[in-house]
Amino acid sequence: MRSRPIAFWLQLGFTLLVCAFLIVPVCLSIMAGITANYFVGIGGGVTLRWIGEVWRLYADTIFLSLRIALACLACTLVLGVPAAYVLARRPGRIARAIEELLVMPVAVPGLATALALIVAYGGFGDFRRSWLFILVGHVLFTLPFMVRSVLAVLCSIDLRMLEEGAASLGARFHQRFFGVVLPNCRSGILAGSLMVLTLSVGEFNLTWLLHTPLTKTLPVGLADSYASLRIEIGSAYTVVFFVIIIPCLVLLQRFGATGRPRTRKAKP
Amino acid sequence: MATGGEGSGAGALPLRSRRGRTTPSLRLTGRREAVLLAGMLAPAAVVFSAFFLVPLARLFAIGGSGAAGWSAYLSVLTNPAHLSSLVSTVLLSLAVTAVTLAIATAAGLFLERNRFPGRSLLVALLTFPLAFPGVVIGFMVIMLAGRQGLVGEVSRALTGERLVFAYSMTGLFLGYVYFSIPRVILTVMASAEKLDPRLEEAARSLGARPWQVMAHVVLPALKPAFLSAGAICFATAMGAFGTAFTLATRIEVLPMTIYTEFTLQANIATAAALSFVLGLVTWVALALARNFAGSSVAAAG
Repeated sequence: MRSRPIAFWLQLGFTLLVCAFLIVPVCLSIMAGITANYFVGIGGGVTLRWIGEVWRLYADTIFLSLRIALACLACTLVLGVPAAYVLARRPGRIARAIEELLVMPVAVPGLATALALIVAYGGFGDFRRSWLFILVGHVLFTLPFMVRSVLAVLCSIDLRMLEEGAASLGARFHQRFFGVVLPNCRSGILAGSLMVLTLSVGEFNLTWLLHTPLTKTLPVGLADSYASLRIEIGSAYTVVFFVIIIPCLVLLQRFGATGRPRTRKAKP
Repeated sequence: MATGGEGSGAGALPLRSRRGRTTPSLRLTGRREAVLLAGMLAPAAVVFSAFFLVPLARLFAIGGSGAAGWSAYLSVLTNPAHLSSLVSTVLLSLAVTAVTLAIATAAGLFLERNRFPGRSLLVALLTFPLAFPGVVIGFMVIMLAGRQGLVGEVSRALTGERLVFAYSMTGLFLGYVYFSIPRVILTVMASAEKLDPRLEEAARSLGARPWQVMAHVVLPALKPAFLSAGAICFATAMGAFGTAFTLATRIEVLPMTIYTEFTLQANIATAAALSFVLGLVTWVALALARNFAGSSVAAAG
């Protein structure tokens, strides 16, 4: 390339090194997941045997994780979007305090939240044993991401002018909300939804204490396989996890990025 | 992020029209409107209170209900095992924060200020592990430095001795740095993008050397980003559980101590008190940073 200063190449080298630190283990685990024997290496042959093994042992954890993630998305949409709208409509001290409270489940370690749920509701046996118990934890943890994502977009548009315009034309409350507010915060809802799905599928800190032997999610199964099975199966399971999470992350990088500049512009 | 509104309290005032005249907009401020808005906040408020605030209050009460009574809350300072676990967790988290900030600042600044082919791919790869859960991070560390890991293979080929450090504090340190790099790089890049290039120009025209520009202009301007990213880093390392759980249950960090107290010893009161204290520490760290540096969203893994 044209004369770049030597500092450029040094920094590039460093950045590549950091990148290698992050990506090499991912590649290693993908390799281990599809080789016949990790000791022998890739030369020993490529196989889908371990993936099949994972499917046999852990298919139900995958479905449960997907079910919880979708249910969690539904809950955060129903609870979070209206809440974000209210916070955007009535900004001020109280709104800030409410937002601060809502973010607490993210600031407080999942272990503490899970213990709190157990001491409060562990006695309700049927609830404790069902997947809904895990869902509650996930909703608490992901709700702030939905609220903040939507709120950021709502604060970046002239909500009052839009609503006032609609109201002066005779639109009622629900017409304004569904016809004006929701379409205008699409990008925030999309970014928030992707975030919720990604976080819910990968949540472990809360889930480990909330799960029962019959309600194992994917990350719980992962921990299980890392601890007790051979490295190839753990790796193959991790590959399955990557396959589920990568589309979310790619979409998030694309749409999460388009949401951000709009919020920045809104700053006075 | 402009999230909480500007705190002007404009919500209660009638709308101001373009010409600066005040038009009464009863439709948007009336009593009916207020009731409807309250109704929209209610579901979230109910769920949040029932499943977070009430359980947390219960946790607080249980923490004081054990054999030791309310002094359980001091056990993190008085019980030598708990104290040493707290100290090592804090030291670990501080080290993770410092190292991650250094690495991510170097890489993030470089990526933000240079354009070259493959740059966006590099950014995508560096932020890729953003949403890995702690267990997967733990497994990545095992892949690197575990019994069958890369570091072991390389060191055996070079020196004949297999280097294995995944299942220790060092492994945990590596895992938390791994976990934190993506989000700190994102924060640094977002903040560096907003720097005014004229300031650096001015410093250079006054004769400052590159390192002086860096030390006196660029890094001080990034301080808010350092504070918020550092606090997130610290809080996550304090409270994370999955990585330690995957690597070894013997690593004495506070979340593992809490877990052991709860499951093996069935010492629920102590576990409750400790986790309440831990939650308080991480929450205060994040709240302080937000006050100093503006708001930001944290994600524990």
